[in-house]
Amino acid sequence: MRFVSRVGETIAVKNGAVEGATASTDLGFGLRVLKDGAWGFASSSTPGLEEVLAVADRAVGIAKASALVPGQRAKLAPVEPVEDRWESPYKKDPFDVKLADKLELLLSAEKRVRDGGGGKVMVAQASAGARREEKSFASTEGSYIEQAITECGAGLSAYAVGPGELQRRTYPNGDRELTGCYGWEAVEALDLVGNAERVGQEAAQLLEAKKCPSGPKDIILDTTQMVLQIHESCGHPTELDRVYGTEAGFAGTSFLTTDKLGKFKYGSDKVTIVADATVPHGMGTFKYDDEGVPGQRTVLVDKGTFKNYTTSRETATRLGQKASNGAMRADGWNRMPIIRMTNINLEPGDWTLDEMIKDTKDGVYMEINKSWSIDDKRLNFQFGTEIGWEIKDGALGDMVKSPNYTGITPEFWAGCDAVGDKKHWKLWGTPNCGKGEPMQVAHVGHGSAPTRFRKVRVGVGQ
Amino acid sequence: MTAKERIQEVLEKCLRFASADQTEVVVTGQDTYLTRYATNYIHQNTAETDTQVSVRSVFGKKIGLAQTNALDDASLKRTIEHAERIAKVQPDLLDFLSLPSKDDAGEITAQAVFSDRTAASTAEERARAVGRITALSVKNGFDAAGAFSTAVVRFGIANSLGIRRYTEATRANLSAIVMGPTGSGFAEGLQSDVGKMAVDRVAETAVGKCRDAQNPVAVEPGDYEVILEPAAVADMIQFLAYMGLGALALQEGRSFMSGRIGQKVTGENFTLWDDGTDPAGMAIPFDFEGVRRQKVMLIEKGVAKSVVYDSYTAGREPGKKSTGHALPPAAQIGALPLNLFMKPGDAEVEDLIKATKRGILVTRFHYTNPLHPVLTTITGMTRDGTFLVENGKVKSPIKNMRFTNGILDAFDAIEAIGKRPALVDMFGLGVCSAPAVKLKKFSFTGGTEH
Ligand SMILES: [Zn+2]
Repeated sequence: MRFVSRVGETIAVKNGAVEGATASTDLGFGLRVLKDGAWGFASSSTPGLEEVLAVADRAVGIAKASALVPGQRAKLAPVEPVEDRWESPYKKDPFDVKLADKLELLLSAEKRVRDGGGGKVMVAQASAGARREEKSFASTEGSYIEQAITECGAGLSAYAVGPGELQRRTYPNGDRELTGCYGWEAVEALDLVGNAERVGQEAAQLLEAKKCPSGPKDIILDTTQMVLQIHESCGHPTELDRVYGTEAGFAGTSFLTTDKLGKFKYGSDKVTIVADATVPHGMGTFKYDDEGVPGQRTVLVDKGTFKNYTTSRETATRLGQKASNGAMRADGWNRMPIIRMTNINLEPGDWTLDEMIKDTKDGVYMEINKSWSIDDKRLNFQFGTEIGWEIKDGALGDMVKSPNYTGITPEFWAGCDAVGDKKHWKLWGTPNCGKGEPMQVAHVGHGSAPTRFRKVRVGVGQ
Repeated sequence: MTAKERIQEVLEKCLRFASADQTEVVVTGQDTYLTRYATNYIHQNTAETDTQVSVRSVFGKKIGLAQTNALDDASLKRTIEHAERIAKVQPDLLDFLSLPSKDDAGEITAQAVFSDRTAASTAEERARAVGRITALSVKNGFDAAGAFSTAVVRFGIANSLGIRRYTEATRANLSAIVMGPTGSGFAEGLQSDVGKMAVDRVAETAVGKCRDAQNPVAVEPGDYEVILEPAAVADMIQFLAYMGLGALALQEGRSFMSGRIGQKVTGENFTLWDDGTDPAGMAIPFDFEGVRRQKVMLIEKGVAKSVVYDSYTAGREPGKKSTGHALPPAAQIGALPLNLFMKPGDAEVEDLIKATKRGILVTRFHYTNPLHPVLTTITGMTRDGTFLVENGKVKSPIKNMRFTNGILDAFDAIEAIGKRPALVDMFGLGVCSAPAVKLKKFSFTGGTEH
């Protein structure tokens, strides 16, 4: 059984006015039951013991209904019972910061975005958000776990409009507020005001920028685009539930079938990717998952070779592994846990960004994801970014608008020949990963450094 | 106390607790059940009961919003205080006029779609229906996956300007993806009355498509004639709606309609409207501000006619009134059409195939995403049944393809339109009724291995 409460606050200002300011509270409980290997889940936001008992009954009834259809039955990998409480660390409680102060910061940053855009920016926005989730987990196996996770962040965006053209520029990474498990200190560290003019300016410049060149080029992806690249082409296909087909009805399956485990060449020897729920401040960081399994670090791809999946107690058993590696999370009290990414990180290499650019003859450097699409096995993808710069003979050249690139996952990662070093490595939050039916939105993290991929098809469909 | 009485009590209490110049309370309650199956067994099966309260407090031209799902007096009071405090610290939203009044909201005669059968359906009934799909799949040596959900949704809206609304609606969704070794098939159903769900037809269609989809061949990317089944057409329409059929996008110049109202934007045979009162859709006769939903012609015979408004966006244009398309209060993206109808034609899908010299038949799209909102360019993959058509006949299943194409370009290239529209879920919020279409030209820009 899980009891989950969430409080949230978002403030968004747009063109000098408040677009939306919302405080929200959401709480309830859910019970997952396993009867004769079949699952039932029921949940309610109505408090009281009477309701809990009714919901428990409903969950058992649903499990019995599940068993009416024959087929696979669940066997759970063992987990040690534990009693514990954990809180994600932060310095400044975002719910203690005065609303008026938050507004003042956002309004002044947003104004500078417009100033920077010089009349071309039709819509300028600044937003900040905070969320605290308190969850309690109790199981008939004897665990009782409490966790409190505080997230906070802020961002700017500028939309510039020209004849038949719309261009977006954001800071720090796309149109999302929450960026990690921090307090208000994360917003202060962003220096929104200091970055605002540039955001407006670049949005306006993008209207005049040339098209991204077409054809095979070497590309260097900034960490803001690596987030999406890792998420879609490694994070999702290594989810073991997808591999077993249990997401087939919605998001799809995976090309990383179990026969490939331990031997498939996922990428070049520069590519080592881990699932790490233990990195501080990640959006996929926790002490226990929603099955009570400790959060951990698992190597998914080791020097290019596919080594492991993110798993649950049920799927680990099915794969013949002794224990789950702790990737089961539910989006609140009213959802069953499913396998979710934790922080899926590309381990750093030894290049600086300057060295990488100097070493590139004919390429494009790209920042911040703008569009994404990938097939249901996670092979053919096409991703677009907000902005790019040509690289000619080892130097950054002209700005290009709406750059995009396409590829097939293992071929693309095989072309990875340079990964940035520790100094360039950065962990980002992705608060909008959708999966499951009913829909569940997960907060996950992705860390990487700027990375180069050789001979990638860019400028598709222009 | 009935659910209706409970929600009405919450509405009145909140208005009583409020001290703002204007206050609006929106209560949505839901009992949702979803049975999920994959590889021919039920692997998830859920129930959820929830009631959410949203309060908008207005002081002059300042608006605050707070939400809770705790319904005790103390929580409701705290939520209202929150909304009022948030409103008070703001600068004025200069172009905000007022929440809608009782007069603005209009008289309502239309009914929401509601079915007692859906409201009373059980996990056992859903499991037995899923069992029929998985049994047919097993018999054919395939793997079936999908979901069967039923929901009762309750909407209560009240504001301090006299609006009082309450209605209940039901909805049942069934999807089936059936997978064989080298290809898959898909079918779905959406009904208000679960008793009308054609479970066996969904099973047979998905299994049949799967059978036909085995051993696909690769074809070269490029421009092809294309036949899009309703799910693919509805996918394009939902992105068209999201990118440009709401007033805010138009006003901010982000819409393909910006500056083009009255001009031709697609071929003459394309007509699209929104009608939240048509029982052929998932009718709910008022929007999230309690305003009567009006039928709005969006694109008529290829000409851009209008977009949809809520009270705020209507207030920004002289003489405009809300068309009854407000989204839930926290949405921040302005009004959107949620009950879209594309005008059907007179062809059977077989006729569309017969009229195709060399083209591609698409069952549905997957992971579609906008590339360029003003040009309405989108990209995505085909999925669950893609076929090559030659000389009027389906020649062979083909491997899935990536497309990159403008939606308006596609609707400018319609040669023929199917006569049997299907109702398709839209972003989980609305529905779209769309027929199959045949297009002269559609751009496929890549392929994949399966
Ligand atoms: Zn995702």
